[in-house]
Amino acid sequence: MLNTLTIHEILEHLNRGECCSVDVVRSVLDAIHRTDDRIHGYLTLDESDALEQARAADVARGNGVKGRLLGVPIAVKDVLNVKGQPCTCGSKILKGYVSPYDATAIARLRAEGAVFVGRTNMDEFAMGSTTENSAYGITRNPWNLECVPGGSSGGSAAVVAANECVAALGSDTGGSVRQPASFCGCVGLKPTYGRISRYGLTAYASSLDQIGPMTKDVRDTALLLQIMAGVDAADSTTLSVSVPDYQASLTKDLRGVTVGLPKEYFVGGLDPEVERCVQEAIEVCRQLGAKVVEVSLPHTRVAVDTYYIIAPAEASANLSRFDGVRYGYRAAGALDPLDLYKKTRAEGFGPEVKRRIILGTYVLSSGYYDAFYLRAQKVRTLIRRDFEEAFKHCSVILSPVAPTPAYRIGENCADPLQMYLGDVFTVPVNLAGICGLSVPCGMASGKLPVGLQVMGPALGEEAILRTGFAFEQATHWRAQRSGIATENAGSQVQL
Amino acid sequence: MTTFRVTIGLEVHVQLKTKSKMFCACSTDFGASPNTHVCPVCMGYPGSLPVMNREAIRWTVISGLMLGCRINSFSKFDRKNYFYPDMPKNYQITQCDKPLCLGGGVDIEVGGNARRIGITRIHQEEDVAKNMHYTTWSGIDYNRAGVPLMEIVSEPDMESPDEALAYLQTLRQILVYAEVSDCNMEEGNMRCDVNISLRPEGQSTFGTKVEIKNMNSFKGIYNALHYEIERQREVIEGGGKIIQETRRWDVDKGQTFSMRTKEDAHDYRYFPEPDLMPIALPEALVAEWAAALPLLPAQRREKFVREFGLPEYDAQVLAAEKAVGDYFEDAARCSRNPKAVSNWVMTDVLRTLTEKGISISAFAIKPAALAELVDLTDAKVINSNTARDVFAIMLERGGLAKDIVAARGLAQVSDAGAIEAVVDQIIAENSKSVEDFRNGKAAAMKFLVGQVMRLSKGKANPQMAGALLEKKLSN
Repeated sequence: MLNTLTIHEILEHLNRGECCSVDVVRSVLDAIHRTDDRIHGYLTLDESDALEQARAADVARGNGVKGRLLGVPIAVKDVLNVKGQPCTCGSKILKGYVSPYDATAIARLRAEGAVFVGRTNMDEFAMGSTTENSAYGITRNPWNLECVPGGSSGGSAAVVAANECVAALGSDTGGSVRQPASFCGCVGLKPTYGRISRYGLTAYASSLDQIGPMTKDVRDTALLLQIMAGVDAADSTTLSVSVPDYQASLTKDLRGVTVGLPKEYFVGGLDPEVERCVQEAIEVCRQLGAKVVEVSLPHTRVAVDTYYIIAPAEASANLSRFDGVRYGYRAAGALDPLDLYKKTRAEGFGPEVKRRIILGTYVLSSGYYDAFYLRAQKVRTLIRRDFEEAFKHCSVILSPVAPTPAYRIGENCADPLQMYLGDVFTVPVNLAGICGLSVPCGMASGKLPVGLQVMGPALGEEAILRTGFAFEQATHWRAQRSGIATENAGSQVQL
Repeated sequence: MTTFRVTIGLEVHVQLKTKSKMFCACSTDFGASPNTHVCPVCMGYPGSLPVMNREAIRWTVISGLMLGCRINSFSKFDRKNYFYPDMPKNYQITQCDKPLCLGGGVDIEVGGNARRIGITRIHQEEDVAKNMHYTTWSGIDYNRAGVPLMEIVSEPDMESPDEALAYLQTLRQILVYAEVSDCNMEEGNMRCDVNISLRPEGQSTFGTKVEIKNMNSFKGIYNALHYEIERQREVIEGGGKIIQETRRWDVDKGQTFSMRTKEDAHDYRYFPEPDLMPIALPEALVAEWAAALPLLPAQRREKFVREFGLPEYDAQVLAAEKAVGDYFEDAARCSRNPKAVSNWVMTDVLRTLTEKGISISAFAIKPAALAELVDLTDAKVINSNTARDVFAIMLERGGLAKDIVAARGLAQVSDAGAIEAVVDQIIAENSKSVEDFRNGKAAAMKFLVGQVMRLSKGKANPQMAGALLEKKLSN
């Protein structure tokens, strides 16, 4: 079925006239009907609009219009603004809100003919690692319905892994693209800070947020990055550096590549099966011609602490705008403006969001600012320097994405601190503003995927995509399918 | 009775007259229907991001240069967090510890006493929306939200309401001169918060200060300060203590009322705005802007005296408004008699502006044309009465003075023969006045000259007519 294919495979079929976009979108919608009541990867779906977009793409193709994504369905995390579609960010406080504009990344994909099929579930305002913090119900992992898909872009990862879409977009503030990609066995990229415009991405932590593709293979990730990347006048933090040809960097060997292994990442606390998978992956890279060296990232142990000061601080301001005055949820029966804010926010936000707003408000408070926020910013600089130093000795750094494979639903809910520690390998990349890729690299017992993280320096996307691609082509992990995905591959249409 | 010393500091918010808002492309025009100049950015919609208006930055720096400030080569924006319905994001993008401008001052003169009032800093920020309250509901107009503001913070250097007023008037004149703002208080382009404290004469430390908000005219500020001085004096003399608080000026009651005390002061939780890059202002760029600054009003007055030989009074009138000064300067450069140009601008031109309710940019007679009219009078081609008529025609129908004089034959007659014929006729027709003059009534001569002018339709050279009359009647 068409929904099981990658973007580049679908484009080949479309370009040869073997199918049309409506066929592709129908196959995706069929899969969603078949399995999404079990996965709950989607929050909203506008089927007639999706088919309308597909028909328009088919007409355009008939008229000779070219587009690098013409007629390809893409699922969008519910944190990105798509004009005319809901954007709840997994929160009750944005219930009923409809975006008045397209995010820049969305506009660029739209200009290439992408079809936006639906909105995927997420932890409320991207705060969480399991998608259990959504106000609209949990999402389940297509590999094991008792397990979480990871988060916060759990819905996007799950729909890709379930063949309920061809590709998806997520956002990554501390690992929210890479970790669910790892848990669900798909490819996920956190680009360099400033590589993709954040305009239209509802902010969690502005200095850490990046939009990232979530796909079935590295080639698709390279294509989506290619289209979305580049300077944007609407986002002053985008980098005005030309966008290289990422697809051209995809080669099947790793000759000339030096792989760094941070000694601080391979210590206690790592799940043995994750460690085994990652070690095997390193061996594969060596066989592909890479030189392997040890590097040091000495401030790794304080990265999570630093992240949980900076991210909530920025979030406490970013989320202030949700007050019931202009849009979204408004509590009934307020007596005055202050009462309106209190009631609306008390009723509209979930517990994890409230926890981080309070944390962020505290660390910015008069008398605490220097000890927390200011110090965290200084540590952040040290973490960035760690990477700068390490990248003097290697071209990419390999590590696990998460210390464990997907865990069971409800397992970590009671202990936020334990949950935060699961971010240890992903948050340094955001704090340093560099790029990181998650590629499937093995299976833990119980048929749960494990991801390999390939980290690169700022604007080092070519190197990490090349490494990820060579690894992916040399291994069979990409061909592994979740049970749900196989179900959605069901009656194969011969093409 | 104890003598108190008054200490006043002012925080002045000035809207810059940029075409677009501080962080988005929406129009800044005043008076549009509510919520028509809005977009996702200035409404604080999820996912929207601010983009700096470079023109606003330039104008704030120019204001700083006009006020003698140092310009920070590295400046940045911060978020100031507080909840209020006029705040779209519930934080304001402003500048905390790295403002664009530092230091500087304004020279004022009160009762012949010249003083310099120090400026602490000038920073850039965005305006908030406007709340409007009706009987059972309130509305918010976001048109104003995001309009570029600069906040000019003075040192606590003023010692009386008169000094505060002089500071504000001088500041306004300078900013209008810099063409960065209209400083129109009615339209809210210029708003002011004051800090005021009293201390007994001889005490070296400041008294407890009180902040007053909500004053929308210079008069309001002046009255509020007078009221507050009396209120604080009574409290202190009555053995009470001034508490640090924010008070609101009620213009109808003519009193200040407590809004909030220090205890409920906000913790604004400032932190650097992550959505904007820091502002780098290279020295060369600032130097380039500095080189193109207009003169300060005081510098211009001095220039008018020095270059055009005007009396101090004329210079002050002409330099009060930059555009009027520009007009005068352009006209004076085209004329042989700058003082005569000054007379014309100060009287006929300014009067016409007031009568028509227009600004000088809309004045029909261009500076060169006025200069020509002045020079025709100066060269005695026309006399001053004819000049006023020509001025009226130019105003009404346009055209050049020379052409109007030629077309209407208004040139003064200085041919002695022609004037003599008229003089003879007047002497013949006015025997009573001739007799009066001969009997020593000087006023009769004035009448006779007037008759000559009437008969000559105003064209006779009045000096020549007078001389001829005298010569003939003294024979």
